[in-house]
Amino acid sequence: MPLIYRPPILALLSISLFILLWYGLASYLDSATLPSPLVVTKVLVNEIKTGELPYHLGKTLYRLVISFSIAMLLGCAIGIVLGRNKPLDYFFDNWLVIFLNVPALVTIILCYVWFGLNEVAAILAVVINKLPNVIVTIREGTRALDTELLELAKCYHFGKHKTLRHVIWPQLHPFVMAATRSGLALIWKIVLVVEMLGRSDGMGYQLHLFFQLFDVASILAYTVAFVTLIQGIELLILKPLDKKAQRWRR
Amino acid sequence: MSELGIQVIDKSYVNPADKTAKHVIKDLKLNLGHNEFVCLVGSSGCGKTTLLNILAGLDTQFTGNIELTPQHLQPKVGYVFQNPRLLPWRTVKENIQLASNASTETLDFLLQSMGMAAEKDSFPEHLSLGMSRRVSIIRAFATDPDLLLMDEPFVSLDPPTARQVRALLVDLWCKRPHKVLYVTHDLREAITLADRLIFLDSQPMSVITEVAVTIPREERNKEYVIEQFRQQLFIDYPEIIKLL
Repeated sequence: MPLIYRPPILALLSISLFILLWYGLASYLDSATLPSPLVVTKVLVNEIKTGELPYHLGKTLYRLVISFSIAMLLGCAIGIVLGRNKPLDYFFDNWLVIFLNVPALVTIILCYVWFGLNEVAAILAVVINKLPNVIVTIREGTRALDTELLELAKCYHFGKHKTLRHVIWPQLHPFVMAATRSGLALIWKIVLVVEMLGRSDGMGYQLHLFFQLFDVASILAYTVAFVTLIQGIELLILKPLDKKAQRWRR
Repeated sequence: MSELGIQVIDKSYVNPADKTAKHVIKDLKLNLGHNEFVCLVGSSGCGKTTLLNILAGLDTQFTGNIELTPQHLQPKVGYVFQNPRLLPWRTVKENIQLASNASTETLDFLLQSMGMAAEKDSFPEHLSLGMSRRVSIIRAFATDPDLLLMDEPFVSLDPPTARQVRALLVDLWCKRPHKVLYVTHDLREAITLADRLIFLDSQPMSVITEVAVTIPREERNKEYVIEQFRQQLFIDYPEIIKLL
């Protein structure tokens, strides 16, 4: 394979092209509403130096991790139970449909109204938004479990714990990864809205501030930092997890 | 020393279309002697797999009882399914250990006997079907069961591979004898393996006749001996011809 076709080189080329296009467009328009990559980089470096960006990014990341963990744990548990228990599933199906279709903004506003403008309400709002998605995905995975392998586990008296760990969990893994990926994408967007509406720190709060000041360069600088962080999570945590779990495949 | 008494008074399915009960097994009585190798021979669809699932405790919707005498115990069962049913995300060794508490020595002995020692850290997807079947047999033996169930474990293997694995199975069984209930519809295979043949009629399942295989084990690798016995069976028991 020629060097240029190697995936890392291709990725590098494509990202360079993106920055080049951005640069070209910014120079052509020459407007404060689209600062060039250079200006954005300068702002980014400055914000990191003052400690502003790490502080707010840290706050957002903290909310993301907490709400994501709660939503995944609860969602997996409920999803498995619903997938394995038909009557319960029929009973709660309507609830799921309702929660899936309530707009994120409504849940956020209601949480703030009912529980006050505090951290618990903020995290609860994010969890409620994400939870139905996880439940539906894991429920599908549980329904698709291989009955032959469940019979095997029963016949050889694996017991609940062993069955869950060695028979059910590996089969659910692709569904959990799907819920994780779609979850990360969804949650960080919601976290920003939550912060914008009712918190005085975090990315969402900062972006709102910059919007009022019409400070596009800062908005882009924060966006770059955030996108990099999410990509980092994908590359450093999710990809290796995937690789480890898939090693048995041909 | 123990014997196994199997009595299934009734096992039926309700036909969802017209709500009538269909009897799959009715008044079936089988006895297995100490370390006896019994082959169940019957046409496909006669309910053999249903019977094995009952014996394995996977199907509890039936009337009757399965008991070891004289201890009055439920038998511990090792089941070699028709498909190997290995967990693809666990290695050969892990698959066996998950099902049993076999010691490392037992495990190594079994792997060695079935020619799988080199593959113990492989994942099942890297094994051929014949090898997967061998692992499934090792797993059943590793639990040191009171009763080994085998549901046509060599079906869909090419003849030389089937012969090879069958020979390995017999060797292993001679070294570690257990009560075996082996389902097949291949009469030559049944004669090669069994101490006793039980021919089953279908709908509902019932015993047509039982025949002891009198050929000494060391004679059974000779094809003409098996063939001779088979021909004699057809003459002595013409009612079994329709099964095969």
